[in-house]
Amino acid sequence: MSAPSPSLLDLQGKVCLVTGASRGIGLACAHTLAAHGATVLMAARQADALQAAAAAVNEVQQGPCAVAIACDVADPASVRDLFQQVFRDHRRLDTLVANAGTMQDAPIGMVTAELIDRVFASNTASLLYCAQYASRLMARGASGGSIVALSSIIGVQGHAGQAVYAGSKAAVIGIVKSLAQELASAQIRVNALAPGFIDTELTAHLSPAQRERALARIAMQRPGSPADVAHAVLFLASDLSRYVTGQVIGVDGGMVA
Amino acid sequence: MNNLDKLQHAFVTVMKIDPALVVDSFAYGEHREWDSLAHMALVAELEQAFGLMLDTEEIIAMSSVAEVRRILGVHGITF
Repeated sequence: MSAPSPSLLDLQGKVCLVTGASRGIGLACAHTLAAHGATVLMAARQADALQAAAAAVNEVQQGPCAVAIACDVADPASVRDLFQQVFRDHRRLDTLVANAGTMQDAPIGMVTAELIDRVFASNTASLLYCAQYASRLMARGASGGSIVALSSIIGVQGHAGQAVYAGSKAAVIGIVKSLAQELASAQIRVNALAPGFIDTELTAHLSPAQRERALARIAMQRPGSPADVAHAVLFLASDLSRYVTGQVIGVDGGMVA
Repeated sequence: MNNLDKLQHAFVTVMKIDPALVVDSFAYGEHREWDSLAHMALVAELEQAFGLMLDTEEIIAMSSVAEVRRILGVHGITF
């Protein structure tokens, strides 16, 4: 058996959309996809931070491969406008990285209806909104496409004090498995990543004791980096994974509950 | 091919029906050929034929040939 051709990772001519792309995992995904030749459409709510992030990607790649599009993925009208722009400017979409989301913890007795609505809108409904439009754009091309949704190890294993977040990320897995079956005939692959403890702004607020407890659960004895997740995204965006769909891939260094 | 021909062609291609059936009163769910799967295929065919992208609300509102024509009209497609 021969080694995979480097061209299997080549994303030249492909259009990839990354949500939540202004920082952390989303920004790392944008850098990685651009480094492999993709045109990367970067979406996030905060226009200034997003513009700076896109400029940073373009600076590294020494070319205009990244485009910033302000969007609130929890708002269906904003998602509609995002995809209308994608269609208007590019007429195709090869990869959607549905990364935007929020992590808000509360013990069950302190969970408000507003918190539930906000977390599920950002983490779960946003995936449905984006997948609706993305799948239709992908279905236009003969080669289909790849939808990569960011779930979480918390969505797989649960965690005390994170019932809402865990529920929203577990729902992502149900959506992914359903869409994988629904869209396979159009050659659209749908997979989820379940990152473990990743060093981002979401985890920066943890106390030293909380951090130590989290690290003690990781077999590889280090937190993950946004690049670790981005490399898994690259695999799912590329032809290396052309027969992979409906899967949940842990990116957690061997993290246990 | 004019716009009416394109519209008729989309229906016929997706639903394998007699072109004479493609009149304003032909409605979603009232004929076995126009079910939910055919509806999404019709949307794809119309988007390709007319070079546009429909909103989710528009897709759901396309309940008859008359409604399809009206919604395409919003996108500047005249018949």
